[in-house]
Amino acid sequence: MNVRIPILKLRDTLIVSIQWELDDQTAIQFQEDLLTKLHETSARGVVIDLTSIDFIDSFIAKVLGDVISMSSLMGARVVITGIQPAVAITLIELGIRLEDVMTALDLENGLDKLQLELEA
Amino acid sequence: MSNQSSVEIQTEWDIVAARQLGRNVAKELGFGTVDQARITTAISELARNIYLYAGQGKIEIQRLTENGINGILIIAADNGPGIPDVRKVMEDGFSTSGGLGAGLPGVKRLMDDFKIETTLGEGTDIRATKWLR
Repeated sequence: MNVRIPILKLRDTLIVSIQWELDDQTAIQFQEDLLTKLHETSARGVVIDLTSIDFIDSFIAKVLGDVISMSSLMGARVVITGIQPAVAITLIELGIRLEDVMTALDLENGLDKLQLELEA
Repeated sequence: MSNQSSVEIQTEWDIVAARQLGRNVAKELGFGTVDQARITTAISELARNIYLYAGQGKIEIQRLTENGINGILIIAADNGPGIPDVRKVMEDGFSTSGGLGAGLPGVKRLMDDFKIETTLGEGTDIRATKWLR
């Protein structure tokens, strides 16, 4: 039942699109896979697109927050894109703050933002 | 379709099953996407609390009608250790699991009604309702 989330490389950026509801194991596996891929490819940026995700609980939020901090330790910047209105509302009501996290409306904006950030 | 269904919580996979059940019922009842997300998230948090603190328990989903208004009731019941200081766990930012689980105040905010009964050594029963407006 362990399905892995595909991680694509485009120039110096890794692109991840989470397409289905994350269970705990998949989320933890993703954390490891992303960091391994960063190490292997020396990518400097990561875009994680959540367009297809219709809810985020505190566990998934923690895994995402952790993977952003871990990537940053490895010298990579992460942008989260495509957070749906319902997801933004429930995260804040739940009391979860993803602070200091770079976000963008969609994948395209996310890639632009990352590019600016990496050139700066 | 019965107006009551439940999922036994024993493994991480049961958390997924419970929230999928809740989402389906919420969708059938006609809740919009934001309320569906609130209900799904609340169930996920409650099921995770059972998994983390009690080891096992049950999430029950009921359809309610009161004064002509439909609603969904989530019952999270376990025979775990109980909560020693309910007032404390209802404070924002209090967690005994190292940041896992935003906790009960978050669930309370996501839902319309929230009741908790807990007895040390016997278990905890949490009831949270969302009304369809």
